Amino acid sequence: MASKTIKVDYLARVEGEGAFKVVVRDGAVRKAELRIFEPPRFFEAFLRGRSYMEASDITARICGICPVAYQMCAVHAMEKILGIKVDGALRELRRLLYCGEWIESHVLHVYMLHAPDFLGYDSAIHMAKDHGDLVRTALRLKKIGNDIMNMVGGREIHPINVKVGGFYKTPSKRDLQSMVENLKWARDAALDMVRFVAKLDFPDNERDYEFVSLRHDKEYPLNEGRVVSSKGIDIPVEEYDQHFKETHVEHSTALQSHIVGRGPYFVGPLARYSLNFDRLTPTAQQVAREAGLGKSCTNPFRSIIVRAVEVVYAVEEALRIIASYEQPDKPFVAAEPRAGVGCAATEAPRGLIYHRDEIDADGGIVHARIVPPTAQNQPTIEKDLTSFVAGWLDLPDVELQHRCEQAIRNYDPCISCSCHFLKLDIDRA
Amino acid sequence: MSPRVIVLGVGNTERGDDGVGRTVAGLLRDLASDRVSVAGQDGEATSLLMALEGTAVAYIVDACVSGAPAGTVQRIDAHEAPLPQVSSDLSTHGFGLAAAIELGRALGQLPPRTIVYAVEGTSFDTGTPLSPPVAAAAAAVAERIRSEIEADLA
Repeated sequence: MASKTIKVDYLARVEGEGAFKVVVRDGAVRKAELRIFEPPRFFEAFLRGRSYMEASDITARICGICPVAYQMCAVHAMEKILGIKVDGALRELRRLLYCGEWIESHVLHVYMLHAPDFLGYDSAIHMAKDHGDLVRTALRLKKIGNDIMNMVGGREIHPINVKVGGFYKTPSKRDLQSMVENLKWARDAALDMVRFVAKLDFPDNERDYEFVSLRHDKEYPLNEGRVVSSKGIDIPVEEYDQHFKETHVEHSTALQSHIVGRGPYFVGPLARYSLNFDRLTPTAQQVAREAGLGKSCTNPFRSIIVRAVEVVYAVEEALRIIASYEQPDKPFVAAEPRAGVGCAATEAPRGLIYHRDEIDADGGIVHARIVPPTAQNQPTIEKDLTSFVAGWLDLPDVELQHRCEQAIRNYDPCISCSCHFLKLDIDRA
Repeated sequence: MSPRVIVLGVGNTERGDDGVGRTVAGLLRDLASDRVSVAGQDGEATSLLMALEGTAVAYIVDACVSGAPAGTVQRIDAHEAPLPQVSSDLSTHGFGLAAAIELGRALGQLPPRTIVYAVEGTSFDTGTPLSPPVAAAAAAVAERIRSEIEADLA
């Protein structure tokens, strides 16, 4: 038992193609590698030469589960170049679209992908036989998120209604009001979801992470804010490249990100929650406390609770937006292209996304750079495994492997998005 | 009261033979009424399950790859057998038709009559039309479903 290899050749219940290998020698973890072999997807190159107006539709294609964060990041970067300020009802509609994405993505992960780990099932299908009501609730909640995506974004996946300056078409007040009754049910269902996941068994694994997320003056961060960290970073997004660097590693087609001079960091629900607890609604704060969470959380296995708390927030935020919505006179703010460079960061369900776009005087995209959340979290996931596996070495191989997979799913990794990711390989020799 | 019938064409018309389900749905659009609904879907499982809710009869058409000659049609009664090659490895995005059927079965939510037509595809290139054998199979599948629905409603 002193030496072994834990190897998973194809990691399930994550998005995309990846594998995982841990090498154990003389009772110590020598190496943990998250191997991402999803082919590179070249989105940044696709954007070159295209019009700035196409960026929202092209970037929406990066991901089927978090397209809003990608496309919104692109339009925000373009709007900075064009000098457009989108506010009022248009800005609120954008937040509403994010709420739809957070609800559908988080509910899918909490109930269908991560809960089976805690409850001891191979999949949501197996779980559904014993926990039918849970799965039915998940399906209904997810559909409510999808309904928002449809209403505001034009369709559930890869929304088509987002453009630089606003939207192609805005919904009427009556359109949005039609979702209120379902959202009120969703608020109660989301509160029940927090209470349910809070009762799961959590391994006692904590680490000293550097959390990174957006932080806004008044709001829980979705679409904008300063980039802040739990160890002192507090910068405008324009300074992102001075503090965060991407490097290539041989075992991954996704670039890995580090904080300059410090190393790996953590983006996603745990980071957002720990850096922005005071920006949650009173109900979300209250249910988080009931669930045993403090103002910050450093046990990544408890991320399932934090995701559920964020669903409560997203539903309440959607209700707030709809209650005060008045359809704007124009669906977008018009502007002429001009040459320049724009940077933006938004919060996808899985964490912070950064875009840097450069366009020419005719609006042609000269250069684009996109840093997705999973690429940023990849070194931290490897560190988690190096750290946690040492305490799990007495577990039978099957259970050890399962625990490793669960640890990776703590991050709800989106491997396709990051490829620029999973299989498991534990080498005990 | 006649049963409520749904025809769901699953797939992507921008990916060659993957569009066969939606093509069949298009060929049956004239059947749409207060008793029959005809819809296209991209195959995302939760949306698919929600679409089946409350229906008595469902016809689901999708492309498949089993190694059979292009255009080969399999008619599968979902209550008699699981769809072939069901993987329990659900991913955030790759949660498709077969998993949706099995989840529906586990939840007791499959319509009492659920028929899947799977059409063997051969070309899934971006921006290409249906291959000739699959286009021919689409027309044939549409006629078979049309006959089945006539019997359902009789």
